[in-house]
Amino acid sequence: MAAPVSTNVPAKGTPYGVIAEFETPAAVLHAAEKVRDGGYRRWDTFTPYPLHGLDKAMGLKDSKVGYISFVGGVLGYTTGMIMIWWMNAVDYPILVGGKPMFSPFGAFPPSYELTILFGSFGALLGMLFLNRLPRLHHPLLKHRRFAFASHDRFFIVIETTDPKYSETETRKLLEGAGSKHIEMVDE
Amino acid sequence: MAQPASGSVQVYAPPYELVREPLVANRRSVGWISDQIASVVEGKTPWWWWCAFVPSVTLLTTCMSLIAYLISSGTGVWGLAHPVMWGWAIINFVWWIGIGHAGTLISAILFLLRQKWRTGVNRAAEAMTIFAVMCAGIYPLIHVGRVWYGWWLFPIPLSQGIWPQFRSPLMWDVFAVSTYFTVSVLFWYMGLIPDLAVMRDRARSKVRKFAYGLFSLGWTGANRHWSNYEKAYLILAGLSTPLVLSVHSIVSLDFSVSQLPGWHTTIFPPYFVAGAVFSGFGMVLTLLIPLRTVCHLEELITERHIDLMCKVTLTTGSIVGYAYAMEFFIAWYSGNPYERFTFINRAFGPYGWGYWWMVSCNVLVPQFFWFRFVRRNVVIVWILSIFVNIGMWFERFVIVMSLHRDFLPASWGFYAPTWVDIWTYIGTFGLFFTMFLLFLRFVPMIAIAEVKAITPQADPHHPLGGAGGGGHH
Repeated sequence: MAAPVSTNVPAKGTPYGVIAEFETPAAVLHAAEKVRDGGYRRWDTFTPYPLHGLDKAMGLKDSKVGYISFVGGVLGYTTGMIMIWWMNAVDYPILVGGKPMFSPFGAFPPSYELTILFGSFGALLGMLFLNRLPRLHHPLLKHRRFAFASHDRFFIVIETTDPKYSETETRKLLEGAGSKHIEMVDE
Repeated sequence: MAQPASGSVQVYAPPYELVREPLVANRRSVGWISDQIASVVEGKTPWWWWCAFVPSVTLLTTCMSLIAYLISSGTGVWGLAHPVMWGWAIINFVWWIGIGHAGTLISAILFLLRQKWRTGVNRAAEAMTIFAVMCAGIYPLIHVGRVWYGWWLFPIPLSQGIWPQFRSPLMWDVFAVSTYFTVSVLFWYMGLIPDLAVMRDRARSKVRKFAYGLFSLGWTGANRHWSNYEKAYLILAGLSTPLVLSVHSIVSLDFSVSQLPGWHTTIFPPYFVAGAVFSGFGMVLTLLIPLRTVCHLEELITERHIDLMCKVTLTTGSIVGYAYAMEFFIAWYSGNPYERFTFINRAFGPYGWGYWWMVSCNVLVPQFFWFRFVRRNVVIVWILSIFVNIGMWFERFVIVMSLHRDFLPASWGFYAPTWVDIWTYIGTFGLFFTMFLLFLRFVPMIAIAEVKAITPQADPHHPLGGAGGGGHH
């Protein structure tokens, strides 16, 4: 293997952060633990697939998507029930075969479907909202090596806005964590 | 192999018989998976694609022309005649929507059951679901007769101030099918986001980069994003599981809530769901067996995948066989003479041949899947999968045709489809295959990120994933 590459790419404007490349999932997992223990806040790992164990290695809390989806589901069920009750029992009652104007049993199947429909929208839109997506521009997507993040490489990016960021210390940490390819990313 | 660190648990390799066949053959690398799957989209359009696409578009045109003919002339162009007022339109609707069930089953139920082999087939099966539901969706719209009133099905304020009548299972069906379509699209699209990002990062031309970039929504593969993504995917799987079970149950309620012998049975919901999954897997096998060869994906859709799908087909086919037997038993046990007559008439009446097609294809054909050499022979599996599709069409045919001899012999009749019925049905294959072929050429037909995640190289605790000092020095 070649010696650690530490070419200091001259930054145009303020750099976005420092990017470190890793070749195996185990390497990035252990590096993430070191960055977490280093007390960094504004950083992330980038992997081609969801890497299990990385949430813990990064010290992430459980995702909050579930709450948004739950609200969607409750909203869907009540929408169904209230809509059917209001339409068939209040606004324009039609008597069919002597059945009650409103019965929660007859109204259940459409309400059940609406629960799932709204809950699913809650899950997808909640995921996008929590991830601040869609996003048309990202500094990393301009970086020439970053395309490998969706292929077979693993990256750790520490942003320059992190309170603990220091040009020398952060680089030293990432080198110590085993990265052989560390560069700056322009904003 | 690295020495285990002191204090850690020593793990020995399992004996040879217990080693599972890998889901990605030949220990392919994570990068190879991207290259191989993306090559189907990125390469030059192959000759077989055009050979399939041109007839598909022709059939699609036929279908649309016949729908135009139907709308301009009225449902008299179909073979509907008293007492069979629900002919091929409902048969084809139920058949297509049943096919759609395998996609959601694979993506949702197998996900919850942690069946990792689903990753090789889920994308194509979900696409199949969406296109099958589109084909199914045509029928309720056109069989209402006056298509321009189709919007009365939805709770939209009308000029008369009247609302849909929600005590009818046909209204439940509207909600079930439209929810099923929408949620299937959401689920499919969400699974696509990381893969569209893969395509964006690989794109050479500006147009491709822009289009994939737009639809991948700026996905970077950040772990903070994956964390939310995985949770949302789990929730969608959890929501789709009751959905897929409810959709065909509600479709079956269209029949079983009516007061007709042969239809008014409580076994219908589970029996319809089992039949739907059965036919869906039949169609997945019919599609993927040729595709894995022509797209060179044998290492990703392995014989083990086909073997496992055959087992699901065998299970659901046997459930369907049990339901047929139970229907007959109940017809006798109920002591209802109309019910009894309907079932004897189904098997030995004028449409008895349809009944025996159904039983042979749905109950006998899957029994071949008990044998491993059958499950491992892709040619035999492919031929049997076509019989599964035929058999499930006949199942709906038998159910709908039991209308032809109802209570009074004076009102008995006979039903035969017209050429319009037949060619509209054949034409829906045009819609299905046109959409499916376009899907193959524009988005990755296997979930790239998901397949990567199940390889040993992707596991940070596996030696191939760099564990135990293999990754960094």
